[in-house]
Amino acid sequence: MSKVLMKGNEAVGAAAIKAGCRFFFGYPITPQNEIPEYMSRELPKVGGVFVQAESEIAAINMVYGAAGCGARVMTSSSSPGIALKQEGISYIAGAELPCLIVNMMRGGPGLGGIQPSQTDYFQATRGGGNGDYRLLVLAPANIQEMVDLIIEGFDLADEYRNPVMILGDGMIGQMMEPVEFKERKKRDLPEKDWITTGTKGKRKPNIINSLYLNPEELEDHNIWLQEKYKKMKEKEVRVESYNVEDSDVVISAYGTTARIARTAISKLEKEGYKVGLIRPISLFPYPFEEFNKIKDDCKGVLTVEMNTGQMLDDVRIALNGRIPSYFYGRTGGMVPTPEAIANKVREILGGEK
Amino acid sequence: MDERIIIAGFGGQGVMAMGQLLAYSGMIEDKWVSWLPSYGPEMRGGTANCNVIISTDPVGSPVVVEATTAIVLNKPSLDKFEESLVPGGKLFINSSLIDRKSIRDDIDVYYIPANEIANELGNSRVANMVMLGAYLEVVQTVDIESIERAFPKVFGESKIHLLPINKKAFERGARAIKKKG
Amino acid sequence: MAIVFEKTKGLTDVQTHYCPGCTHGIIHRIVAEAMEELGVLEKAIGVAPVGCAVLAYNYFNCDMHEAAHGRAPAVATGIKRVLPDNFVFAYQGDGDLASIGTAEIVHAAHRGERISSIFVNNAIYGMTGGQMAPTTLVGQKATTAPYGRDEALCGKPIRMSEMLATIDGAKFVERVSVNSPANVRKAKKAILECFKIQIEGKGFGIVEVLSTCPTNWGYTPVEALRWLENNMIPYYPLGNFKRPEEGK
Repeated sequence: MSKVLMKGNEAVGAAAIKAGCRFFFGYPITPQNEIPEYMSRELPKVGGVFVQAESEIAAINMVYGAAGCGARVMTSSSSPGIALKQEGISYIAGAELPCLIVNMMRGGPGLGGIQPSQTDYFQATRGGGNGDYRLLVLAPANIQEMVDLIIEGFDLADEYRNPVMILGDGMIGQMMEPVEFKERKKRDLPEKDWITTGTKGKRKPNIINSLYLNPEELEDHNIWLQEKYKKMKEKEVRVESYNVEDSDVVISAYGTTARIARTAISKLEKEGYKVGLIRPISLFPYPFEEFNKIKDDCKGVLTVEMNTGQMLDDVRIALNGRIPSYFYGRTGGMVPTPEAIANKVREILGGEK
Repeated sequence: MDERIIIAGFGGQGVMAMGQLLAYSGMIEDKWVSWLPSYGPEMRGGTANCNVIISTDPVGSPVVVEATTAIVLNKPSLDKFEESLVPGGKLFINSSLIDRKSIRDDIDVYYIPANEIANELGNSRVANMVMLGAYLEVVQTVDIESIERAFPKVFGESKIHLLPINKKAFERGARAIKKKG
Repeated sequence: MAIVFEKTKGLTDVQTHYCPGCTHGIIHRIVAEAMEELGVLEKAIGVAPVGCAVLAYNYFNCDMHEAAHGRAPAVATGIKRVLPDNFVFAYQGDGDLASIGTAEIVHAAHRGERISSIFVNNAIYGMTGGQMAPTTLVGQKATTAPYGRDEALCGKPIRMSEMLATIDGAKFVERVSVNSPANVRKAKKAILECFKIQIEGKGFGIVEVLSTCPTNWGYTPVEALRWLENNMIPYYPLGNFKRPEEGK
């Protein structure tokens, strides 16, 4: 199939439909409104259902109901709306329901702003709602990758019976890039014998639930969840690396920020600097081991984010004090420039090439 | 090639569509492209701008900070983006609506009376295409044929009847440059 | 020997956790009987609330979801939109439906979701230990209204049925009580009619059931039934507020 130039948010909708998603429950918030708009226009054409809920809270709980019936279902929002959805996300994780959640991040805290940010890294990777749970979090850096990750994301959600979050930002949602919708590889997915579709008098009732009043049972449930997350850590780490082994500085950035870092690296290379990049694509599970490839006498790892230092914690866990760690970030909707990143690298190297 | 373009004006001047047309044309020519709009409440009637990158290499940052080209359709846009051009960059000014000259002496500046030309053509709304025609005459980023192919993709098949007037606008924009050359 | 009474297939054999004298058990039974009698049990999907009926998913003998506090109508919406031919009901208490979940119930009704809502109003938060509900009567004591509900501070109790009846999408709204055998029979009749509204695809239906909470009210079961009759029914009048016009 040929390429089309598509806005990120619309590509989200197109990818979801391509992946077989037929149910969307959402609520308007900038800068992701093109997602519900696209779904309201396109889902009826393929026999799907779009519901504009009364709130983000209602929308995520509709997702809970639909997922419990075995549907491929999604919702999308932006930072303050995702905060509202945390109740439902925690229940969905607890009840082990597959679904896809898209967060096109904007500046915070509170109502914040509407320009791009990455300030929900903690919220996305540490759980976000109550309880000890994890989402599978994927952070695309371009629209093609976002489309591919969404299509795969629905399968991952089904495979692990776990919510998958696509963590983007206002920039990737609003920008346009060429995109191609490739045929999806068929994956062997577990049969959904746990869903509620009516007993038809043939089986015992199925129950979709996250309540375990007996602490022994709840502990067992949590141990099971952790085993599932461990399996994700073994199998689902995704990372893109560039010249990690012999660079004098390695930048770590994800999503759109990684693209900007890449432009900075091109500039620096022209000046003779050796700079690498580790771009985590899965934020949970995090590619900790990739950082072990960095040589011991590397002058520093520079984490660049559109926040005041959140993924930085994971980078420091990965480095474990082996290599100096530096940070450069802009926030509030300000986007780092390649030149500012390059300057920070020059500063770390003290002019040494 | 690594064209980093800022197109700016006020809402309704068609700056977003101009950018999309360029990006789509670049894609047709198998170049790496990105289009990034400004967004927010000020887009309704306020200033609007988009960043377009057309490159032979994958696009890194989609944000244009060191522009190779700026196309400005109103005065606030000139004031805002004149400084964004790299030395040797190209600035296209809609002289119908902007009464001042550029203060930069290290760039190439082109003045195009886009609204007057559009009015002469009988459709004030094609001023953006006059500017685009002028730009493509100077910087051959994409072929006019690609623009023509991209036109129905960007504006929809239902607007194909508007292609002739838009083509005329391109040609007049290009001629405005040639005359000066 | 002739069988004169048999437990409904709509309930499991699990022993309920409800307090002695609580009328949740009666309401469970008539809801289950109604599903069985209408032949929808095997395609029923219920949504349990947070509150005293939180474990309802263990008691109804059909597929069930356990929803977050107040969100049962949203969960039911998600279910019904995926499975429009199944029978979907939500079972909620007054803290759940009339307080934290007002947005969800109002908008499920407003969209005309083809679901059935059973709203159990006992004028108090039972499970959490007797706190004031939006439906607690003026002067009634609760653990968060130790001096009795003060109208000046808390307003008057909210009448959900009357409010929901004003919404176009709500096609059936009735308030019943289970404080006497006669009223239990009327309650079941209303629930049957409400469920038929969904089965016939006419829209949203709700039955508000006045219920007792002897434990948190501080009465014996018999006193509680009398208190309901003497205090709740005068403020929450029984009767039908809305049903589709004949032939519609």
